[in-house]
Amino acid sequence: MRTTTFSLLLASLAAACASAGARPAQQAAPAPAAAQAVAPKAAAETTSVDRPQYPSTYRRHANPPVLIRNATIMTATGQEIAGGSILLRDGRIVAVGTSVQAPADAVVVDGTGKYVTPGLIDAHSHLGVYAAPGTDAESDGNEATRPVTAEVWAEHSFWPQDPQIPLAIAGGITTIQALPGSANLIGGRSAILKLIPARTVQEMKFPGAHYGMKMACGENPKRVYGNRGGPQTRMGNMAGYRAAYIGAEEYRRRWDKWNANHTGDPPSRDLKNESLAEVLRGNIFVQNHCYRADEMAQMLDLGREFGFKIRAFHHGVEAYKIADLLAAAGTGAAVWADWWGFKEEAMDGIPENAALLQQAGVRLNIHSDSPSGIQRLNQEAAKAMYAGIRGGIPVTRDQALRWITFNPAWALGLDSIIGTLEPGKMADVVVWSADPFSVYAKALQVYNDGWLVYDRNDPTHQPRTDFELGQVPAPGSDR
Amino acid sequence: MIAFLLAQTIAITGGTVYPVSGPKLEHATVLIQGGKITAVGTSVTIPADATRIDATGKWVTPGLIDGAGQMGLVEIGAVPGTREASYQGEAIAAAFNVGEGINPASTLIPVTRIQGVTTALAAPGGHLVSGQAVLIDLDGATIEQMIVKSPVAMLADLSENGKDEAGNSRAGVGLKLRQLFRDALEYERRKTDFSRAQMQPLSASAANLEALLPVLHGQLPLIAIANRTSDIRTALRLAREFKLKLIIAGAQEGWAVAAEIAAAGVPVLVEPLDNIPSFDALGVRYENAGVLAKAGVKVGLLETDTHNARNLRQQAGNAVSYGMSWDQALRAVTLSPAEIFGVADRYGSLEAGKVADVVVWSGDPFEFTTTVEHVFIRGREVPLRSRQTELFERYKTLPPKY
Repeated sequence: MRTTTFSLLLASLAAACASAGARPAQQAAPAPAAAQAVAPKAAAETTSVDRPQYPSTYRRHANPPVLIRNATIMTATGQEIAGGSILLRDGRIVAVGTSVQAPADAVVVDGTGKYVTPGLIDAHSHLGVYAAPGTDAESDGNEATRPVTAEVWAEHSFWPQDPQIPLAIAGGITTIQALPGSANLIGGRSAILKLIPARTVQEMKFPGAHYGMKMACGENPKRVYGNRGGPQTRMGNMAGYRAAYIGAEEYRRRWDKWNANHTGDPPSRDLKNESLAEVLRGNIFVQNHCYRADEMAQMLDLGREFGFKIRAFHHGVEAYKIADLLAAAGTGAAVWADWWGFKEEAMDGIPENAALLQQAGVRLNIHSDSPSGIQRLNQEAAKAMYAGIRGGIPVTRDQALRWITFNPAWALGLDSIIGTLEPGKMADVVVWSADPFSVYAKALQVYNDGWLVYDRNDPTHQPRTDFELGQVPAPGSDR
Repeated sequence: MIAFLLAQTIAITGGTVYPVSGPKLEHATVLIQGGKITAVGTSVTIPADATRIDATGKWVTPGLIDGAGQMGLVEIGAVPGTREASYQGEAIAAAFNVGEGINPASTLIPVTRIQGVTTALAAPGGHLVSGQAVLIDLDGATIEQMIVKSPVAMLADLSENGKDEAGNSRAGVGLKLRQLFRDALEYERRKTDFSRAQMQPLSASAANLEALLPVLHGQLPLIAIANRTSDIRTALRLAREFKLKLIIAGAQEGWAVAAEIAAAGVPVLVEPLDNIPSFDALGVRYENAGVLAKAGVKVGLLETDTHNARNLRQQAGNAVSYGMSWDQALRAVTLSPAEIFGVADRYGSLEAGKVADVVVWSGDPFEFTTTVEHVFIRGREVPLRSRQTELFERYKTLPPKY
């Protein structure tokens, strides 16, 4: 029963994902029928707005059922089950507990001494858009030609052969949000991706996920545009966001009117306003790079002015100073464990930031923003948890685990689908060699939608990108 | 005040002591007098006037040494006015010693030392020959009080970055450096002619050539940044040709030529969590430090992010996960860097006669659960406070207390 409901939900979201931004993404009617509707009718009768917009072609990889038995299962729902088992089948978690029976056709994994967690989720990555080996040829993250480029989509830059992808998979990551950079006030749409080996980004696109809209406060837009026509100041930044959303309001009104009665010629399409109108409709989530507390407060007011909610402040190194304001606004935070000092707006970073946000009831996640940090989000969460505990803030292990699983899932609007180990959820699962909050723990197995995408002890489950072949030594070749 | 503190006698008692120079000692005492360690052992006589620190159930190690970074030379990465590590305008800046650029009041210093890193390199960068690095203790009101050794090494960049100032070719790097080294020796032989301008111009100024002489006499180590195997081999070749005392830093593909590095007796400085492939080193990987150590290479571990030099502990823990033994990793953040930088007579282990840089931990220094309980630098217990602890105190309940 649970499974049925779940698949319906996926179908309706997938349809939503495929619709154009000129029209609201969330269609009221769920339905397999909606999926049919996006197929072009007679080409002459339709325009680009009516056709699929870069839909996901993600397909679950067929796999036998897997039972991981006798492990410590950290569910991210408040439970840590010693001697527990978890059964995965057809891409779903079927059962979690101490007495789960293995079906006859199941692959049984001995989890003795091991720990099992949900797949880790990085809500802030530039994998694929700033790919290794880091040359200008692959610098595809910032369309730094105008301060507002809401029209660009990160997925159109994303390179699935980025050799950083397998490294992140080996760190237990199963889902990422790949974002445009922070040069621009409004930098474009993010891509929500299953982190799996693939030839095309479409094969990685998380079905039904809400796009994010990258926005950036503070120093970066000022620095990039200060001598190129502005904005040159923080007040210039604010004026820039407001002008953009005023334009989007008008656009939305025109399209909503036309969508209601379809009389006369449709309004002309404008990609920038199409994306921003979806922010105003609540279908695209604002993911806002913003360091300073006072600027976050300004951005909350911006959201109030235009009637949208900022989903999360990313890099909020000063979020702890306004944890109460964030909690009241229902806006999340995506933070590092301990980055600070690389620029002036990062000077007030403290290791207790995450714990203080937790204490205030903010939905926070630990993000990487780094191809290196993404490989050890568990360690970053551990640092932040213990820094809080040392400071007298009672952070639990389950809360810290949620910082890298359930909470980033919420930031992406996917918390009903991924982020915990519960029956019915997608089988994104990591088996760890030890307590994942230990510096010595390593991901041994990573299941993505039930597919064993990484096995530290099995070279046939250690995916390598095309880039690596013949030029990057294979793992283990040094031993 | 300082004299009083230095004269203080401190006995750290009952802890599990990791001298690094020898096996660990259970229920042992570390005695500190006059800024030095005067005794380490299980049957140390504790003077009556000693301040006792009960370390029962705790771990006691030498202060950690980060052999990388720009401690004191950078405050805010993106603010040029606070950066002192690069001498602009000269590809060969051998005479440039960073020492006077160090800011003893830098906020990074307390942030770092309260996590157990007591000594750090302050290195120049940005050029083919960037200048002279110094080693500093992370305590002191003046530069003089902080300096452990100056200079501690000359920096040269044999990575992809170095060739920018060498005709944009790796072959140009060798060409330029050989010319420079020969010119320095020529300058030494013919100083008088040089000052009378009775020589062809040399490839660097007199001050820079003069500064290279200790390197060419094997007195001052050359830290060569080299990552690709071919660049590491170039560094080894140059060292053979000019009889240099070489240290390789970065060494991202060092694992692939570990036997050659070991045979040359050259130590390396590596960052364990460095594994993002670039064309400078496509073979970079987590196992690097472990493979090098197994091959018998002397390894110092690094945290190259100066602001987070405190994460040297995490680097070391990950080096253990990827092949170093725990003992090797502890040595690689204490005694090995002290040896590499030529200060092992004073630093890097808990032994009588050594400078009292000592840390008391609640447990394994590399684990996240572990708390730093006491930090001694030159025998002075430093307060576990920083600008960050002050911010935390201010904001731990909202609204803040101004």
